[in-house]
Amino acid sequence: MALTNEILKEKLTEKFGEALTNWEEPYGMLAVTAPAEMNLKVMQHLYDDDSTRFRFLTDLTAVHYPERKGEELCVVYHLHSLENNVRLRMKVYVPIEKPDVFTATQLFSGANWMERETYDNFGVNFVGHPNLTRILNVDEMDYFPMRKEYRMEDPTRIDKDDEMFGRGGTVA
Amino acid sequence: MTEQQNHIQLAEESLAKQSTTLNLGPTHPATHGVFQNIMEIDGEKVLSTVPTIGYIHRAFEKIAERRPYYQITPLTDRLNYCSAPINNMGWHMTIEKLLNIKIPKRIDYMRVIIMELARIADHLICNSVVAVDTGALTGFTYVFQWRELIYEIYEEVCGSRLTTNIGRVGGFERNFSKVAWKKIDKFMEGFPKVMREFEALLNRNRIFMERCIGAGPISAERALNYSMTGPNLRAAGVDYDVRVAQPYSSYEDFDFKIPVGTTGDVYDRYMVRNDEIWESYKIIQQALEKITKLEQEDPAQKDIFYAPEADHFHLPAKEDVYTKMEALIYHFKMIMGEIEVLPGEVYHAVEGANGELGYYLISDGGRTPYRLHFRRPCFIYYQAYPEIVSGGLLSDAIITLSSLNVIAGELDA
Repeated sequence: MALTNEILKEKLTEKFGEALTNWEEPYGMLAVTAPAEMNLKVMQHLYDDDSTRFRFLTDLTAVHYPERKGEELCVVYHLHSLENNVRLRMKVYVPIEKPDVFTATQLFSGANWMERETYDNFGVNFVGHPNLTRILNVDEMDYFPMRKEYRMEDPTRIDKDDEMFGRGGTVA
Repeated sequence: MTEQQNHIQLAEESLAKQSTTLNLGPTHPATHGVFQNIMEIDGEKVLSTVPTIGYIHRAFEKIAERRPYYQITPLTDRLNYCSAPINNMGWHMTIEKLLNIKIPKRIDYMRVIIMELARIADHLICNSVVAVDTGALTGFTYVFQWRELIYEIYEEVCGSRLTTNIGRVGGFERNFSKVAWKKIDKFMEGFPKVMREFEALLNRNRIFMERCIGAGPISAERALNYSMTGPNLRAAGVDYDVRVAQPYSSYEDFDFKIPVGTTGDVYDRYMVRNDEIWESYKIIQQALEKITKLEQEDPAQKDIFYAPEADHFHLPAKEDVYTKMEALIYHFKMIMGEIEVLPGEVYHAVEGANGELGYYLISDGGRTPYRLHFRRPCFIYYQAYPEIVSGGLLSDAIITLSSLNVIAGELDA
């Protein structure tokens, strides 16, 4: 039977129960949030299970939500089951003080640079990564540029503020 | 940031070791872009290599967080600049997906024409450069005349050539001009002959085959594990193509094949790209036929070049902007991002010339994206490079680099 989002959701709930939360289906892609310590378990299960076979890591990145206290960083995995042609988005939230997430490099060689890029930009610490060093930015950099607190332009400039365009508030 | 002084200090081991360290790049002509590889070689054999990337990192994802949607299109140009229209249209389609805009068929087909022309241009560059790296310059100079014609078609449609900023959300900035259609016809007429000649020059060329077959191979399993996409994955024998797996822009209406290779070596990659050029050519032929049919059935179709639903995203005509106040205001509002965009989270992928080009967009309803991530195929598959070239010859490493079609702009974002 062809794998659909509903069947996939059922299968995952059956296996992991209440641990997986926040089921959504924006624009046809199933999305789910997993606890940080379970990311690898879920991916391994999806990889091994004969009915799902999510063996392709499409993308790995992070998002910074400064206002969510205790879960500021969100690591986003886009997995693809090529045989069933189903995509899945898995999110893992971690606190910014201790942004530890298990590495997916054991499962996917392709995760290596994607995790390095995510570390480089957001400072997510991928536990067990073989070479977690900066990749795009210079080695001497001592901050993580994609975090929202690092503004792109000179902070004294006010002419590019959203308030000028009737929206109010500042998007950093 | 702390200033560091780097003195050249040779390690003790460097005196004792038997192999040579070779710095390939970052500005070596054979690397076709700013790549550095620190190679450990034993004679001509590559033992290991450490790629250093990021030389032209321009922080697009950060810049995008401060740019209204239309101002991000020129950023996408500069990812894979050999096929910029695909990037532009992928980005516009991402916004359309976010806003649930339905696109009329004629626009879809026009987009397909431009995207497939871009794919042909990209593959022509890649394949002819593989030939250059094996010592055959003729093919390169020959097919570049036809890449030039493709650029002229872009120019006729949008006004620029390399970094195109082509199209708008919901369609095109203006209808294709008569000259544009004529140039497309000219291309369709003259290109097959040239392509056949190019193939005759290389496909069964003994020297070329000896150089390419068996150089830089990768198995299907490893390629998948490295998240490779595009012609490089297909050369290894996996028939994954976003155009077929998750059709966008009405690709489901077209009849085409996905060429696959078997060994994933330089020759297979070259052949897959060549075959894809033919498939793209066939797709353009079909698109032209479909557009003619649409226009015959309903002559009003001739004037459709943007979706009516995307009206609030469609920039007014330039002559109006210069003469009418309202048009000027609308123009300004759109460019500065004063358009309602829904909050939402969307991932949209298109088949770029060298793989799955994905846009992961999180909108919070503001005038700029909350977060925009580009899934850049180059960046992801280039990490397989050390594994592919280790154990091979140095000269094979060079042609492997060019046949992977690594584009520095896309690699470094």
